[in-house]
Amino acid sequence: MINLIFLVPFFPLLGFLINGLFRRSLSKNTISIIGSGVVLLSFIISIILFFDVKNNGGIVVHYFDFIDTESFQIPFAFQVDQLSVIFLLIITGVGFLIHLYSTSYMHAEPTEHFGRYFSYLNLFVFSMLLLVLGANYVVMFIGWEGVGLCSYLLIGFWFKNDSYNYAATKAFVMNRIGDLGFLLAIFWILNKLGTATYTEVFEQASALSPPDVTAITLLLFVGAVGKSAQIPLYTWLPDAMAGPTPVSALIHAATMVTAGIYMIARSNALYSLSHLSRDVVAIVGLTTAILAATIALYQNDFKKVLAYSTVSQLGFMFLALGVGAYTTGVFHVMTHAFFKALLFLAAGSVIHAMNGEQDITKMGGLRKKLPVTYFTFLIGVLAISGFPFTSGFISKDEILIATYTHSRVLFWFASFAAVLTAIYMFRLLMLVFYGGFRGTPEQEHHLHESPLAMTVPLIVLAILSAVGGFVQLPEAFGGHHYLNDFLSPVVPASVPEGAHVAVKEYYLLAGTAVGLIIIALLANKLFAVKKFAGVYTGFKKILADKWYIDELYNSIIVKPLNSIAGFLNTVIDKSIIDGIVNGTGRFVNYSARQLRLLQSGQVGNYILFMVLSITVLFLVFWNQEIILAFLQKIF
Amino acid sequence: MIALLLILIPLASGLLCFFISSERDAKSWSLFASILTLATAFAGTYSFLGIPSLSFDATWLPSLGSRFSIGLDGMGKMLCLLNSIAFPIVFASVYKNSYKKPGNFYGLMLLMQTGLMGVFLATDCLLFYFFWELALVPAYFLCSSWGGEKRIQVTFKFFIYTFTGSLLMLVGILFLYFKTTDHSFALQSFYHVKLSAPEENFLFWLFFIAFAIKMPVFPFHTWQPDTYEQAPTAVTMILSGVMVKMGLFGVIRWLLPMFPHAAMHYSHLIIILCVTGILYASLIAIRQDDLKRLIAYSSIAHIGLMCAAIFSSQRVGMHGVMIQMFNHGVNVIGLWIVADVIETQLGTRKFSELGGLARRAPALAMLLTVMALANVALPLTNAFIGEFLMFNGLFRYNVWIAAIGGISIILAAVYTLNMIQRVFYGNNSLLTDNANDVTTGTKIMLAVLVIVVVVLGVYPQPMLQLTSDTVQATFIKFHP
Amino acid sequence: MPIQYYIALAACLFCIGVVGVVTRRNAIIIFMCIELMLNAVNLLLVAFSKMHYNSALAVNTNTNAGIEAQVFVFFIMVVAAAEVSVGLAIIVMMYRNVHSVDINFLNRLKN
Repeated sequence: MINLIFLVPFFPLLGFLINGLFRRSLSKNTISIIGSGVVLLSFIISIILFFDVKNNGGIVVHYFDFIDTESFQIPFAFQVDQLSVIFLLIITGVGFLIHLYSTSYMHAEPTEHFGRYFSYLNLFVFSMLLLVLGANYVVMFIGWEGVGLCSYLLIGFWFKNDSYNYAATKAFVMNRIGDLGFLLAIFWILNKLGTATYTEVFEQASALSPPDVTAITLLLFVGAVGKSAQIPLYTWLPDAMAGPTPVSALIHAATMVTAGIYMIARSNALYSLSHLSRDVVAIVGLTTAILAATIALYQNDFKKVLAYSTVSQLGFMFLALGVGAYTTGVFHVMTHAFFKALLFLAAGSVIHAMNGEQDITKMGGLRKKLPVTYFTFLIGVLAISGFPFTSGFISKDEILIATYTHSRVLFWFASFAAVLTAIYMFRLLMLVFYGGFRGTPEQEHHLHESPLAMTVPLIVLAILSAVGGFVQLPEAFGGHHYLNDFLSPVVPASVPEGAHVAVKEYYLLAGTAVGLIIIALLANKLFAVKKFAGVYTGFKKILADKWYIDELYNSIIVKPLNSIAGFLNTVIDKSIIDGIVNGTGRFVNYSARQLRLLQSGQVGNYILFMVLSITVLFLVFWNQEIILAFLQKIF
Repeated sequence: MIALLLILIPLASGLLCFFISSERDAKSWSLFASILTLATAFAGTYSFLGIPSLSFDATWLPSLGSRFSIGLDGMGKMLCLLNSIAFPIVFASVYKNSYKKPGNFYGLMLLMQTGLMGVFLATDCLLFYFFWELALVPAYFLCSSWGGEKRIQVTFKFFIYTFTGSLLMLVGILFLYFKTTDHSFALQSFYHVKLSAPEENFLFWLFFIAFAIKMPVFPFHTWQPDTYEQAPTAVTMILSGVMVKMGLFGVIRWLLPMFPHAAMHYSHLIIILCVTGILYASLIAIRQDDLKRLIAYSSIAHIGLMCAAIFSSQRVGMHGVMIQMFNHGVNVIGLWIVADVIETQLGTRKFSELGGLARRAPALAMLLTVMALANVALPLTNAFIGEFLMFNGLFRYNVWIAAIGGISIILAAVYTLNMIQRVFYGNNSLLTDNANDVTTGTKIMLAVLVIVVVVLGVYPQPMLQLTSDTVQATFIKFHP
Repeated sequence: MPIQYYIALAACLFCIGVVGVVTRRNAIIIFMCIELMLNAVNLLLVAFSKMHYNSALAVNTNTNAGIEAQVFVFFIMVVAAAEVSVGLAIIVMMYRNVHSVDINFLNRLKN
């Protein structure tokens, strides 16, 4: 089994190399087979690993010394335990489905770009696996930056479009801001403990002083905020929708953006030592959940709605982590991976059918033309809105319960965000699949259900979204918290708190969920079918314009920085510093020119100088003692 | 003997090269000679790893007490290796370019290599100074004869600026010479000179300014962007890839052990200067419209970080500096090769006139992207190891300085990605419409660099071990 | 007469000569001023020679102390004569060339 671990990231790396280097000579079919095949292989190994870990527990495999100095050793080592194996399954499983989907979705691309696409995608899977497999923070950081790079490459995949490139750069730079925090956290840990290996760090965590723990956890959270698109660094994620839709499904919904949750769940030993940090995590998460949900209400771009919904759901996950329910956070990562990947892929199917159109105001009534897509999308919407017994219901209710036991105030805010979720998702469903078609006749003519390679992943994900939550079905409904049990060796169980909640509460929450959906349906009957979309005014316009956060960042960060840079470039560098340097040269030149004038060529002047000099010499000669005494007095 | 060969081979082949008039012969000869040097350097670095020092000693100027003594320690090995790797790559990458009077061009290049080798090898201060100037003089002639339009003015500034620094150092060297007990220029006698505190502080600045100008550290940097812009690209590669390491090398080999107290005393000031420089250069790089100037400013930022890490007086940081000296050399040469390819093919370096090159030259785009990512110190590229260790050293020195300096990794992402985007992505411009991809030769050259980048990024341990003896030796004399 | 009178007279003559050389522009007058300076020196030499001779006479009647100074005087007169002949020749050439004896025209040393 130990021998197998390295194969998990190795296969995608191999796929990346083959597809990347031979993308011109291979046919599209070969590229597809290699691209998805390697991920499937990793998935199979992950399943084997999963059962192994289930029976025998976690293991750390040391490969080689990555950085070895007197002050600390950083081994290149993998840690396979309950937490990482769950993520392995999500990444390779969902990843495989999305690869499969991509073979059809991207088929119109020229072979070269098709190969490039799959090599990037494989590289992403490799980096993501490195991120979750690493046995210390440095290896995690390698994967962490690696996924950021792949995200950059894939967002800017269609590099002819400058605004896509801008979005890609924005994503990378905002991620980097978070990465700096992460890096400083690693330094802090290394400095205080002399190691970055999880097992050692968590063992010695209690030896850290409270300010240290708080600083480390807050800095780690800065990293998570960047990667998982939380306030204030969330604005890159909606822009990241510039990339191909399967990329949005894989990277910007199911896996990469959940890296922050993985990191905090992994570091739970540190976070449980700092109340302040946990509160910060919870509040930032909740604020993000609400803010993103409000923005999602009035977006007209199909993928942007889903993007803001992702931001909002990630906020929920951080809320769970912040209230100490680490397992619940991980559980929501899992269910969210299912239903959000499903929603994105279904969106891709719609966009594919609409020939690239993403504006939901131009869609409508697609239910009949795209039955499979419609049905799977519906399941996704139900799951994300929390329809009873779907996966989303179970995970989100678990978060709400954990929040409830932690703080009532947070609970009500979280419930409000959950209501908003239902509203914007149903709005989306109504506008896209119900009513009459609002697009052009050509588009209507072109409408078709997607091929099998696209619908099969949809169906699989729909099943998972529907029943994937049963691993954590509350006891009240006759289930058992299997995931909690499984994760308990690495992540302290979070349900004990939840178990105190009376069974009644469960029925209440189930009722609430049904209520939510009724509200949502009514709201959409009122708005969606009528001319709901269009030009917004008043408060709606503020929401549709995303609270003007982008504009705010632009005017308080980007523009000032740009003008400071310009000022430094033209004034400080060229005029002042270089001016001093050139000025010195010019001064020497100038003084030489002035001194040259003494050589006037006038005989009289020469004689005058001679006489004066002789006089001075005589004076000096006669007053030697006085001058010497004076000089001695000075020095 | 190996050490002597490292100087003799480039010297002899360089002198011979002046008599070659045919362009083909000059190119082939210099390429051959540089590969021979590379082989020698490899032999010196790896097969004698166990022997503490590869040294050579002969009488040179007995009346002055100066000897021709050269030797290799870990850092010297590494930099000689960098120096001997750089030249074949540079020669190969400019193989298709043609220069007037090729014999002189390649001869001067090889002489420059001789000077650089000598600087990294010398264990006698006068000899060090001699080679220090020997490296500068060919650079001056190369820039002023084969450079761009404003070459005379710019090269003059470059020469005078660096020469001023050198003279300050010479004053310092002579002062120390008269202070030595045995009237010699040997490294060890210089280390053991007894100095009063004011003397030490004063001499520290004499040496530091010379090295700071060479590196260059803010605010002594203004010669650099102009020179890099105007010099022929082959020379720029050497200037930024190898020659700036002379300054860092000088600080580690000469400055710190000779004036440990002054270095401690002024470390705070210098680190603040360096960190200011890092941010300053990064910000300016964002606004550059010229590929060469952008690389120049980014180089200033990276060198500033290395200098700051040296003065943070942490072993970790010093390890980082060691490995980064090599890595920065490799990476920046890779960037210059791309800049050269673009400039010779399209005749411009302005971002505003470029764009969409990725469609015409996918291989070039891919290779540049890897190089650029190494420039932003992405993990699994070589620069990550160096920057990780250096920032760690700074962090141990002071958390806030590390955090402020760390902003540069964000800014580096901004300007580097901006560069990639404006050169390779977006719509084609008139110029780039007819561009071709790189030739196989250049592709292989860049691929070699990419492999070095990745291998050292994944498995940096050999390089860390190579230089760890220098780190230990430095810290014995220079207690934190 | 005390030696101081001679010194004062010589100093005056010399200063007149120096000031004349520095301030006047006419080559001939400058020339005459140079002669003046030379003669001031001659005067001093003769005066000191006489002084030394007188003081030596008191000890030894057969002395020829101070004789060297008088030799110098002759020497200076010879040199001055040579100088005058060469200098006047130059001035004449100059007058022929530029029709002036103003030395401000003679700034060819410049450039």
